Amino acid sequence: MAVIEAHDLKRTYRTYTGFLHRRPLEVEAVRGISFEVGEGELFGLLGPNGAGKTTTIKMLITLLIPTAGSARVLGFDVVRDVQKVRERIGYVFGGDRGLYERLSGLDNLRYFAELYGVDGRAQRHRIDELLEMVNLKGREKERVEGYSRGMRQRLHIARGLIHDPGVVFLDEPTIGVDPVGARDLRNTISNLVAAGKTVLLTTHYMFEADALCDRIAVINNGRIIAEGTPQALKSRVADRTVIEIEVYGVGDETVARLRGVEGVASVAVEEREQAQLLVVHSAAGTAVTQRLLSQLDGVGVGRVTAREPTLEDAYVAMVEES
Amino acid sequence: MERMPPIKVVLRVIGRGWIFSLKVLTTSSFFLLVAILQPVIFATIAFFMFKAGGREGTLLYVALGSGMMGIWSATLFGSGGMIQWERYQGTLEVVMAAPVPFFLFILAATLANASIGIYSLSATLIWGRLLFEVPLAFEHPGWFLLAVPATVIALGLMGLLLASTFVLYRHANALSNLLEYPVWIVTGLLAPITLLPGWVEPIGWVLAPTWGIKAIRGAALGGIDPLTDIGFTLVLGAVYLVLGALALRHFERLARARATLALT
Repeated sequence: MAVIEAHDLKRTYRTYTGFLHRRPLEVEAVRGISFEVGEGELFGLLGPNGAGKTTTIKMLITLLIPTAGSARVLGFDVVRDVQKVRERIGYVFGGDRGLYERLSGLDNLRYFAELYGVDGRAQRHRIDELLEMVNLKGREKERVEGYSRGMRQRLHIARGLIHDPGVVFLDEPTIGVDPVGARDLRNTISNLVAAGKTVLLTTHYMFEADALCDRIAVINNGRIIAEGTPQALKSRVADRTVIEIEVYGVGDETVARLRGVEGVASVAVEEREQAQLLVVHSAAGTAVTQRLLSQLDGVGVGRVTAREPTLEDAYVAMVEES
Repeated sequence: MERMPPIKVVLRVIGRGWIFSLKVLTTSSFFLLVAILQPVIFATIAFFMFKAGGREGTLLYVALGSGMMGIWSATLFGSGGMIQWERYQGTLEVVMAAPVPFFLFILAATLANASIGIYSLSATLIWGRLLFEVPLAFEHPGWFLLAVPATVIALGLMGLLLASTFVLYRHANALSNLLEYPVWIVTGLLAPITLLPGWVEPIGWVLAPTWGIKAIRGAALGGIDPLTDIGFTLVLGAVYLVLGALALRHFERLARARATLALT
């Protein structure tokens, strides 16, 4: 049995524009999403900002009612069986918010232990265990407002696991966390899966999804555009070579010319501090480097490298093509 | 993970939630200003007005009224500000997604707000005693000790009813600023209701402070039997509790449908 099931989930937000003549405006955040997550699986929802990842997760954890479609967690409907779902899941949002800033980390954990009905005698042991796990032991009596972003995020994880749920939803848990802190968080997430928990993770960090997820669904504009293992998604661009060219002051016209070069599948421009990086996808085995360089007359060219495609390349290609 | 039986969860959430909410409230300098300084300022103004007016009556009548004004302000700003603050710091969604009914969370928090109001009343009485020599001789001390918590609880439950609307409407706490003075006036905290136009009186009947202040004044000053007024105060509190629970359930679902739990 699938632990998490989403069937044609849709969610529309209604807002208003104008001051005197207010007109309703509907925004379709999720436009019919279906997927299943099996027991003990780490499933990733990967997509750019505004793709519908957080909206999807909020529907699954009962904070938003879907406009259409249905979803079940551990067999319980997320609209009808709200309390049963809430008792069995944990969730962690990324970012600074969602904690009582002026109280200590310990106060936060104690309070949520009450809200999740954790027995008073078991609370102390559980909180100690979680503080050890998220590496906050010794800092738990300090006010949260003095915590770094990484510490807050670790406290979020401890809060989400306070009742030892079988299913955990993690919404961009490493966002804004420094590289060392993010690595620690990824280790914590791996340990959750090793402990038998089912995890749904949203992220827009490719390497994170690649390193952690058993399966990934790529979501864009509220729709799933690809689904599979990281290897399977990467294989979509296995027939390509990626050429990266560091340039200085390349214009739109030049980029358009590069796109027209024979054998070029796509050209993306990434802004660097003083330079730009042209990321060119071409068919593997096609010698396009010289043809590309010949189109860059008058443009300062730095380092040129060719490499195998990564999950990020596959992701960018899928998002651009969708 | 070992879970508690439901009844124990309910009692612990209310008890621990009350303590937790008091901790949260005491970290807010704005709330402390409202709760600690405002009653003393009200009392000072009221005493001077009373003396300047040359009216007959006791200073204790004025002290009790201004103390109740403080309880109402603490309840109103606490309940209104609480939901907005929870939403602002992103904890409204986190608390809402917990399996414990959201109603219990709000109940504990609003009772904590009203409890701080007990300080308002005490501070006003002590201030009046020290600076204005208000006699603190109560006609029925036993009834007084019953009337004050009954009133505080009823006001807390009134705050719960108000807070339920703040869950759905993101800017409803602006309402709390508008409700402070009118309630002081129509419930007779500032001046006897008999001085107001006749049509105002029925409005006061459905507001717990009207009966609460009558009960407290009756117990302190004598002249009327405070038991009936304590009864009305508690009945109104029970009505607020039922209405608040129903409204909260309805508004919680609407908020999930309309996506108003978060700021973004």
